[in-house]
Amino acid sequence: MYEIRIHGRGGQGAVMAGGILATAMVNEGKYVVAVPSFGFERRGAPVASFLRMDTREIRQMTNIYRPDCVLCIDPTVGRAVNVFDGIRDNSTWIQTTAKPIGELAVPDKVTTVGLCDAVAIALDIFKRPITNTLMLGAFAKTTGLVSLDSLRAAVEDSDFRDAGLQQNLLALERGYNETVVHTFERREAA
Amino acid sequence: MSAVLKPKSKAIVCDGNEAAAWAVTLARVDMVAVYPITPQSSLVEYLAKFVADGKLNAEIVDVEGEHSVLSVLHGGVLAGARAYTGTCGPGLAFMFEPYLRTPGMRMPLVMSIVTRDTLTPQSVWGGHQDAMSVREVGWIQMYCETVQEVLDTTIMAYKVSEHRDVMLPVNVCHDGNYLSYGATRVELPTQEEVDAFLPPPSVNWHAALDPSRPMAVDPLTGGAGGPGPSLFVRYRKGQCSGMQHALAAIEAAHEDWARIVGRRHAPLVESYRMDDAEVALVTLGSMTGAGKDAVDEARDRGERVGLVKVKTYRPFPVQAVARALSGVKAVGVVDRSVSFGWNCGPLYQDVIAALQFAAQRPAAMSFIGGLAGADITTDHFGRVIERTQALARDGQVGETVWLNEKD
Repeated sequence: MYEIRIHGRGGQGAVMAGGILATAMVNEGKYVVAVPSFGFERRGAPVASFLRMDTREIRQMTNIYRPDCVLCIDPTVGRAVNVFDGIRDNSTWIQTTAKPIGELAVPDKVTTVGLCDAVAIALDIFKRPITNTLMLGAFAKTTGLVSLDSLRAAVEDSDFRDAGLQQNLLALERGYNETVVHTFERREAA
Repeated sequence: MSAVLKPKSKAIVCDGNEAAAWAVTLARVDMVAVYPITPQSSLVEYLAKFVADGKLNAEIVDVEGEHSVLSVLHGGVLAGARAYTGTCGPGLAFMFEPYLRTPGMRMPLVMSIVTRDTLTPQSVWGGHQDAMSVREVGWIQMYCETVQEVLDTTIMAYKVSEHRDVMLPVNVCHDGNYLSYGATRVELPTQEEVDAFLPPPSVNWHAALDPSRPMAVDPLTGGAGGPGPSLFVRYRKGQCSGMQHALAAIEAAHEDWARIVGRRHAPLVESYRMDDAEVALVTLGSMTGAGKDAVDEARDRGERVGLVKVKTYRPFPVQAVARALSGVKAVGVVDRSVSFGWNCGPLYQDVIAALQFAAQRPAAMSFIGGLAGADITTDHFGRVIERTQALARDGQVGETVWLNEKD
């Protein structure tokens, strides 16, 4: 079982990203459960979405407390919530940021980091900071747990239409191509 | 999200609200009336979209509130329509008067309760308190564990509801938040399979409106003299026997579903790893998955723990519950709602009442968790197992345990 926690802000499409990722993974024959967190979500408020993936049926319909992977589709949500809460050893962190790796505080338990300046690319493509499909590309590049082709098919099957669909397919592609992956040796737990 | 994988594929990724809308579509429902309320709202949106897309050939009635939702459906059912609605929490409360009338009129109807905790404090999150508050009104109530079970059960509910020996409305309860918005891989049955399973709607001609045989329905009945008292007793006894017939109808519907669609769900109660179990958990709804995983962890440690899931809650499957739990030393019943009358969970009350009929009667304790959207995880179930094992050792039934009290 592989557990992913997606962090974002209301309006960026964190829940939709979970749905598209789930569809792509099911397309590849995996079992997936995607559970969004819920509240009175409003634009800009921190939100989370939880996704479990396995090669066999998943029974737990619960939130995720010990993720293998943290996917942050917003550059500042980490200031509002502890996105690393409960992370497992040797976990993966995928972050939208304009900063280089040297300027980020990487927790000891994280051994793979994928960085993508998704906000800048989103402003270029959508003229708005909508980062969800970009960061799905970043997820595919960093983890290799889903193929870009499957993500493309899932985006095509979603509710995007016409120009919006083309923009999101481009976002997926650029998110994949423009993500830089850093790996670290396994470090002793603090 | 509504993501059909490939045109010919039967596997889709969808949440429980969309699964219910697919079920309504496949059941060829004639008439839908719904009023949006969290966490049921997206179910209404899916239904409206399916009608707009031409997938669902049903009349959608836009009404001003839940009282009218059910009242307008009464008219439709009396005219022979297969009808559907869904609601929860405050919407269910506003619907209460026609909700009371539906089973007494012996109207076949299916209504999803996308369960939500009740006021007050204000809460929009999941919990079984709304459905539990109407457990003695005479509706059949089935609780779902998975998104797949939501889809399958909502279709099966029509077969149960329209059964000649039943003729009662059915609530299919799916947990707000965890099932309403939780998305999983779901196998979508074909229309041919569902058509083979579910014949055209069965009209209750005892109550149905027929212009060539005009009659009054729901006449004033009762009082202390004349034919009133015995007539009223006949209605009530008929309703009670319809409820008892539902047990066999639910089993038969699940058997037919397994035969035609190829997927088998336990109709009344499901026993999971209960062979040789000393300690049993009893669960209801979507918490069951985490409960089963916790049972597996305990089994891996060599502990003799099992789980009994109650699917059909009304009518309560007394004999099936007694049989499933007979012989264990201790039972931990986990409720997602409370009984204000007794400071424990309502399912717990039903279970210990049913244990009266068990060959060997175990001790049982009440656990309450998952109120107002709170999570019930494998860790919570680990605590339930530990406490119930202590009960098996010393037989001392303790106070009700509130699982999320220190989360």
